[in-house]
Amino acid sequence: MFSCQHSGFLCTTDHLNKVILAPWVPVVGLEIHAQITSNSKLFSGSQVQFAAPPNSLVSFFDASLPGTLPVLNRRCVEAAVMTGLALNCTINKKSLFDRKHYFYADLPAGYQITQQRVPIAVNGSLSYSLCIDNKMSQMVTKTVRIKQIQLEQDSGKSLHDDARSQTLVDLNRAGVGLMEVVMEPDMCCGEEAAAAVRELQLILQTLGSSQAIMAEGQLRVDANVSVHHPGEPYGVRTEVKNINSIRFLTKAVDYEIQRQIKELENGGTVVNETRAFDSKLGCTVPMRDKEGKQDYRFMPEPNLPPLILYDAKSLPANVNHQQVVNIDWIHERLPDLPSVKRAKLVELYGILPEHSFTLVNEDGLMEFFEDVVKRTQMKPKKVIGWILSDLLSHLKQHSLTANESPISSFLLADLLNLLENGDISSSAAKQVFEELWKGEGKTPLEIVKEKQLELIQDQEELEQICQAVIDEREKEVMAIKEGNKKVINKLIGLVRKATRGRANPLLVKQILEKKLSE
Amino acid sequence: MLRASLRQISAALKEGQITPTELCQRCLALVRSTQFLNAYITVAEETALKQAEESEKRYQRGQPLGELDGIPIAVKDNFNTAGIETTCASNMLKGYISPYNATVVQKLLDQGAVLLGKTNLDEFAMGSGSTDGVFGPVRNPWSYSRQYKEKSIPRSDSEPENSNWVIAGGSSGGSAAAVSAFTCFAALGSDTGGSTRNPAAHCGVVGLKPTYGLISRHGLIPLVNSMDVPGILTRCVDDAAVVLGITTTYIFVCSMSLFRRLSQSKLNSIYPIYIFLFFSVSCHVSGSLAGHDPKDSTTVQDIFQPFALPTLTDVSKLSIGIPKEYHVPGLSSEILAVWSKAADLFKNAGAKVVEVSLPHTHYSIVCYHVLCTAEVASNMARFDGLEYGHRSDMSKSTESMYAATRREGFSDVVRGRILSGNYFLLKQNYEDYFVKAQKVRRLIANDFVKVFGSGIDILLTPITLSDAIPYVEFIKEDNRTRSTQDDILTQAANMAGLPAVNVPTALSERGLPIGLQFIGRSFQEKQLLTVAKWFEKQVQFPMIQLEEVKKHDDGVLQHQKSASFS
Repeated sequence: MFSCQHSGFLCTTDHLNKVILAPWVPVVGLEIHAQITSNSKLFSGSQVQFAAPPNSLVSFFDASLPGTLPVLNRRCVEAAVMTGLALNCTINKKSLFDRKHYFYADLPAGYQITQQRVPIAVNGSLSYSLCIDNKMSQMVTKTVRIKQIQLEQDSGKSLHDDARSQTLVDLNRAGVGLMEVVMEPDMCCGEEAAAAVRELQLILQTLGSSQAIMAEGQLRVDANVSVHHPGEPYGVRTEVKNINSIRFLTKAVDYEIQRQIKELENGGTVVNETRAFDSKLGCTVPMRDKEGKQDYRFMPEPNLPPLILYDAKSLPANVNHQQVVNIDWIHERLPDLPSVKRAKLVELYGILPEHSFTLVNEDGLMEFFEDVVKRTQMKPKKVIGWILSDLLSHLKQHSLTANESPISSFLLADLLNLLENGDISSSAAKQVFEELWKGEGKTPLEIVKEKQLELIQDQEELEQICQAVIDEREKEVMAIKEGNKKVINKLIGLVRKATRGRANPLLVKQILEKKLSE
Repeated sequence: MLRASLRQISAALKEGQITPTELCQRCLALVRSTQFLNAYITVAEETALKQAEESEKRYQRGQPLGELDGIPIAVKDNFNTAGIETTCASNMLKGYISPYNATVVQKLLDQGAVLLGKTNLDEFAMGSGSTDGVFGPVRNPWSYSRQYKEKSIPRSDSEPENSNWVIAGGSSGGSAAAVSAFTCFAALGSDTGGSTRNPAAHCGVVGLKPTYGLISRHGLIPLVNSMDVPGILTRCVDDAAVVLGITTTYIFVCSMSLFRRLSQSKLNSIYPIYIFLFFSVSCHVSGSLAGHDPKDSTTVQDIFQPFALPTLTDVSKLSIGIPKEYHVPGLSSEILAVWSKAADLFKNAGAKVVEVSLPHTHYSIVCYHVLCTAEVASNMARFDGLEYGHRSDMSKSTESMYAATRREGFSDVVRGRILSGNYFLLKQNYEDYFVKAQKVRRLIANDFVKVFGSGIDILLTPITLSDAIPYVEFIKEDNRTRSTQDDILTQAANMAGLPAVNVPTALSERGLPIGLQFIGRSFQEKQLLTVAKWFEKQVQFPMIQLEEVKKHDDGVLQHQKSASFS
């Protein structure tokens, strides 16, 4: 599933120390904008809602009417503090807001309010894991440094109508709170970038600070990519934008690395530019340049005093608690982060760390797994096999999440109970699973009955079938009697075939051994 | 009747000597007959009469809202007024009707005040003469007073009398003229570098610039956000106190602790005072312009406590500071004389009068220039013709539309400030200009902290270099030069965010008003106004003699408009 090795370049990280001389070192940094989940916008009382009718969620401030002033949304500050704490950041007790100026149709004030000088959180880190082979059996954990998290306003949306050569502006999104998470260039390929973003996404969703759905633009990832020779300074970087899924992030970054290497190896140069990922063509293309270099003419936002956050120690005694944000209070109420959840899964169910990784990373899979475990006598270690190799592969094939599975946790638990009780063989269980997947509303037991998949409990009947097989296979019987014990497996297989999987293999083996030793 | 003070007319309304409607009609008639002053850009006759009617009903029911009920007021045309055009005297906003009221406007209306109209100003409040707006210059009512006419010598026999008129000062010249000419009882101005106090001085009215953060700026179209304060123009100090809402209402409890924090802070923030961002919990103190506005994060959070403006009889416990740096080159000997006479007045009454030093004062002009233009460049960025205001017909591209819109919408003065502001904010210049200017601002503010820390209660300074000069003289210099000269005595108070008030003091040799400035400690409006009131009583400034007002009825200007609620 994951791999850091790509044709043309190679990660020079520790786990791949079987290093083939690496001619190029790719460097990847990320800037991620996460829309804050909040009822109202960062500086105004307008509602935040996806896909509302155009310009229906616009306050006077959002439309930058003269004389309006920003009023900071406490919820957005708390979301940023939560996220900062979850990413091991230092929360700045005093942070500042700045204006970043540029003219654009969907930026009504002519500037964006952001945190350029002193952001709300700095110097954090994010640990993420990825598999280094396709079988998901070898995992490495890596860390990317978080440079900062800053609060800022989202812009509106411009819709260009080329036919009528006009631009339509929708200000619903204008002023929605964003957290910009800046990751240091500590990654070296698309897979790493994707794994880091996925981990961040899980954290945001766990905290509830952002829904972080890339397809809805709640999580926007820009990748800074450069390549250089080992021991040399970083190369000129490009910024890749317009990446709207994690899969495309992998592709976009890897494409861009390849492109730069090719460019340089052909004697060309990499230009510092912004490129857009074209998901249809699977490549990056230069974006129309914004008329040379922009000078954003940053200045302090004069209408917002410094944002002061408190902790238990610094909290003034006579202050209204609704008027301040207390970092310690938020810290105490942080939910279990994905890494903690994984560790708990390993400890509680005795499953492998890489299995816990998959459970947590796949939407709703952990909950599904835990529901099944609760309802079955089967050991979690065995359940995990069904979840990962049967359920998940089916889900993946049909691009479904665990919540959308046609087989509920309840039905799967029933099925696994039949297997665990010895009512059916595991091969029969697989058949039942396939039937259940069709989603025809039958219970596992009904399917078992209908298809006559119950194990043959009748010893006599089994002995007869075994005898018949022995009688037919003189050659194999001879081989076994000459000491080639392995051949018995062939006979077992034949019995299973004859019973259409309804025979308990252990029992069959016993009978066969007994008969052959007679 | 119209010459009465706000408190007097309020009493008359209460006693039924006049009804709100009669009062409103009389004021409107006077507004019409003094149109030549060009004090108003928009006269909201219809809505004013409607408001007066409603007020009248309240009086009939015996339930007036308070001292402001039925009182005609005017508002500078850079405050948003729902349903009434708000132009900032700029082509950019000609015809712009805001959907909301500025918080101060709303508070006045909630108190039953009758809004007569919107007053003239320099475009976007950039100026010190009220001569640089698209609706033409404001004329100082004193130009037409008996006092001026008797004393001023015609420049030459051939010159028509008309060219002798003097400027009103600015940028709130329209508001000052409106109060001075008795067309309304109080007016709102704004004060960024002296824009309320300067025209108040020239027009012989009281002009109060409250502490930064005391009154909400929500709905005031900004010039410099970190210095703008809504200003109050009235006929006397008591009226200013009424409008500020302190005679019957409230003032700060925690101002002293705030003040102490200010002197201890080593903030490199942009604020003259120590302001932190708090999250709003709704708390509404009605009946007062002052106080926290949940819509303005830079308003203070402290709670108000009732108190009344006392009549001071003993000034012997007062310590009055005379800052020597305000003895600037170009200060007329006349003003200097009035200033020292005022100092003597305090001394003779037993007050301690001390010369003090505010050593960084003379850096304030250049510092202001950088900070002001930088914020202007930023604040004006929103005027792109897309959401509201003027939009050029140019449709080649969005960028060309922006450029044409801004070229057509802004005057040279505004565009000049935008240009310099953007220059100061460029990455390569930011440290050298903006950051340095902020540091200088802190030094200027600290000068005041030190002086007040040394035991001085109030500073007494001149407010203008001379009395008002004729328009024809004034326009010989450009806006920038004039602003630089005229703001020199008023700006430092904005830099430091301190409350300051103009008190009309004497008439010049030419028969024009001269005012003096009192600067107080942060949030000590009560003390400041108490002293100002004592001083006002001592100097007995003469009332303007405007009997001949009607003679000038024919000089009607073209830009008057009427407005109505839609």
